Amino acid sequence: MSTPILQTKSLCRSFGAVTAARDLDVTINPGEIVGVIGSNGAGKTTFINMVTGYLPPSSGQILFEGRSILGKPPRAIIRMGMARSFQVAQLFPELTVLENMLIALVAAEGPRPSFFLPMASAKRMRQAKELLAEFGVERFGDSVVSAVPQGARKLIDIAMALISTPRMLLLDEPTSGVSVEEKFGLMDTVMRAVRHHGVTVLFVEHDMEIVERYVSRVLAFYSGEIISDGTPAQVFADEKVRELVIGHGHGTEKKRNMA
Amino acid sequence: MTTFYAIFIDGMIYASWLFLVAAGLTVIYGVMRILNMAHGSFYAIGAYCAASMVGWYFSDFDGNPYLSYLLLIGCALVAGLVVGVVIEQGLLRFMYKRNELLMIIITYALLLILEDTTKLAFGVDPYFTYQPYALLGRSDIGGLAFANYDLLLVAVSAIIGLGCWLVLNRTHVGKVLRAVIHDREIAVAMGVNVRLMFAGTFIVGTTLGALAGALTAPSISVSPGIGVEVIVLAFAVVVVGGLGSIEGAIVGALLVGMTRSLAVHLAPQIELFVIYGVMSLVLAVRPQGLFGRTLARKI
Amino acid sequence: MIHIDRSMVGLAAATLILAAAGGFVPDWLAFILTLALAKALVVQGVVLQMRAGLVSFGQGLFFCVGGYAVGMGGHFFGINDAPVLLLAGALAAVALAAVLGLLMTRYRDIFFAMLSLALSMILFGVLVKSSELGSTDGFNVHPATFFGLSFKTEAYKTALYLLTVLLAGGGALVLHLVHHSGLGRMWEAIRENEIRVEYLGLSPRWLLYANYLLAAAFAALGGGLTALATGHIDPEMSFWTTSGEFVFIALLGGTSHVAAPMVAAVLFAFVRTYAIEFTPHTWQMILGFVLLGIIVFLPKGLWSLVRSEKRAKA
Ligand SMILES: Nc1ncnc2c1ncn2[C@@H]1O[C@H](COP(=O)(O)OP(=O)(O)O)[C@@H](O)[C@H]1O
Ligand SMILES: [Mg+2]
Repeated sequence: MSTPILQTKSLCRSFGAVTAARDLDVTINPGEIVGVIGSNGAGKTTFINMVTGYLPPSSGQILFEGRSILGKPPRAIIRMGMARSFQVAQLFPELTVLENMLIALVAAEGPRPSFFLPMASAKRMRQAKELLAEFGVERFGDSVVSAVPQGARKLIDIAMALISTPRMLLLDEPTSGVSVEEKFGLMDTVMRAVRHHGVTVLFVEHDMEIVERYVSRVLAFYSGEIISDGTPAQVFADEKVRELVIGHGHGTEKKRNMA
Repeated sequence: MTTFYAIFIDGMIYASWLFLVAAGLTVIYGVMRILNMAHGSFYAIGAYCAASMVGWYFSDFDGNPYLSYLLLIGCALVAGLVVGVVIEQGLLRFMYKRNELLMIIITYALLLILEDTTKLAFGVDPYFTYQPYALLGRSDIGGLAFANYDLLLVAVSAIIGLGCWLVLNRTHVGKVLRAVIHDREIAVAMGVNVRLMFAGTFIVGTTLGALAGALTAPSISVSPGIGVEVIVLAFAVVVVGGLGSIEGAIVGALLVGMTRSLAVHLAPQIELFVIYGVMSLVLAVRPQGLFGRTLARKI
Repeated sequence: MIHIDRSMVGLAAATLILAAAGGFVPDWLAFILTLALAKALVVQGVVLQMRAGLVSFGQGLFFCVGGYAVGMGGHFFGINDAPVLLLAGALAAVALAAVLGLLMTRYRDIFFAMLSLALSMILFGVLVKSSELGSTDGFNVHPATFFGLSFKTEAYKTALYLLTVLLAGGGALVLHLVHHSGLGRMWEAIRENEIRVEYLGLSPRWLLYANYLLAAAFAALGGGLTALATGHIDPEMSFWTTSGEFVFIALLGGTSHVAAPMVAAVLFAFVRTYAIEFTPHTWQMILGFVLLGIIVFLPKGLWSLVRSEKRAKA
């Protein structure tokens, strides 16, 4: 078997009395599309924060393509090939959408940007517009981010993450804050782009229907632990998951509402 | 041995003064998240009011000299209250939504305005009001003479420090304030009247500033520019201790006061340098100050 | 690769016009303009930091280093050529900034403001106690030569005026490029959202370090020119109220165009000249009210007036 793209061993993290991660052993192989479910506060974001270097774990190992990334800052991990999106889109709110993309393009070219060559070169402008088109948000190009709707912001956030051409992408609730009608469209767009770039994906999602539709594997988080790991059918059938995760989430209710 | 005494007692006196000056600044920052550049101006206003009133009392009014202390404190309270109410109600309450950096600039504008207002009101000639200082005489400690007024300030400063701590930790208002300090949004959700708390805090802060000025007035020549000098020192103290923390201000004042006293006695040429030296050193090791909290942004 | 835009043409033209005017403007006016444009150079650095979201209340530190380098170069090292002295000042400031930057790039917001203030006050404290450097009084600066040429009083002032105009104009041109470059826009990105910059694979601290050094160099140039123009330096250059004035001018002009600091500095100089004459004790009060007015009504500075007018016409 090939080396896992991401592997954690006994990963732990606590905040004071709260344990946000307890002995997480996760192995993800290249090409997998993994869904992460779990109620609020289960430790999903903390997991992403730790493997991207934003939060140091209390103990444990994190290997990206077999190499330890412990102690490395997010910028170094991004350059190794692992990118993420955010639960609340992290953009440059007072700049235009196009400028946001241009900045990401400059950053992707190297850690020391030029101090005299203009950011908005013809080449980058073309690339930025192409990317916005790929994500279906080109009409917002000249608007400032703070004036753009939530759904578009989430897409731009993901597009920015993809600019660094990562081999692994972690999406933290890509559809949160997006209306129910828009969710599938957004996920279709994202998954198309992701497949187009051949990226391994882990995404956090509350809507079980979406999880079922896109993933080959599900991790269920509860109170800092992974209580189930397997195919969607296996995990959704798990008694503990039904009781602790799905019962608490809003996934099933929404499913009913939509039907 | 004499030098040791001298260093220690001078250090205590200076530290008490520093705490007096910094207390209002740290209270306002702690609750309101406003680093108030105009704090030195409140100090100056307190000093001018006290100096002019006490000066008038001694020259034109033949009263009991000991009543001048009441006058001193009364001036500070009235000045602090009036200035605090006017500024909070007239300006600051319209600005609360702005970020901390902009608030610095707003209070800087306030400082510029207050500096000239003080000059217009009190003129540019210095005021001397030595009487309350001289009245108490001197004491001999370990062969060294110290002004009793200065020693009294140590006690006053301790009382103010203790008072702030008690209000914050032992009263209902203090409990509410701590909730506001800890998490403003949650406090609002709990039904705390944040506007009222802000107004009250600001007025207490300005009054503390004015009081510091009034109590200092008898031992200095009150002249233009004293507020500007003081504000930078007060900043140093609260930054060393951790912005917004009363305990921090006490420890910061002691640390800065003692270090300066050491420098004054042993290496006077680095006196001014040493204060900011301590501050830079503390920050290099502990960026948030000795009692400061750091909050990583949640993402 | 570098695209020459309208702003650059305008800046070059303005610089040339100002330079040509040096032949016939009266002495007092040339003097005011020299001081104002020197100050504008410092303010360019303050604006550079503001674009990255940082406000320095201690840029007087590097302003003072530039000034003292010029003064000390003449007094102690026998260097008397203005360009050499200015360069020495800029290098000294950059060297100092290279050390201080290691600490300063850890701070943001009010902490950056306060710590920069404290650092400038350290220099103030040191200078006040240095009797070799004249303590609080400072000392007079030797007249300088320009590329080896020495001038008499009148011509000296004109030469200095020309040098200042060229440096201010040239500096603005360079900064115009910098503002629109990848690095320049990345500073704005840091102001907007530092976490995202980190997650784009860049080091915010490295980016801000570069910013800090560049701002220091500009402040030192301004300080050096000021020292040459007034013929005198004193510790007041490093006092925090001096830095406060730079912040004021930066906010007055706004951060959206490199011409703004120059226009604001010149405006400031004229208003001050008259205000101090007519109402000596209300000058600061005027500044305070203007500052509040800017914050409330023109948060992007006076330059936003130019901008919005243009848009309205278009
Ligand atoms: N920076 C932090 N400081 C303190 N507690 C935190 C922090 N980040 C997360 N937590 C706590 O850790 C737990 C897990 O949080 P999180 O990973 O955000 O959950 P999820 O993303 O699954 O909703 C929660 O109880 C949360 O309050
Ligand atoms: Mg989360």
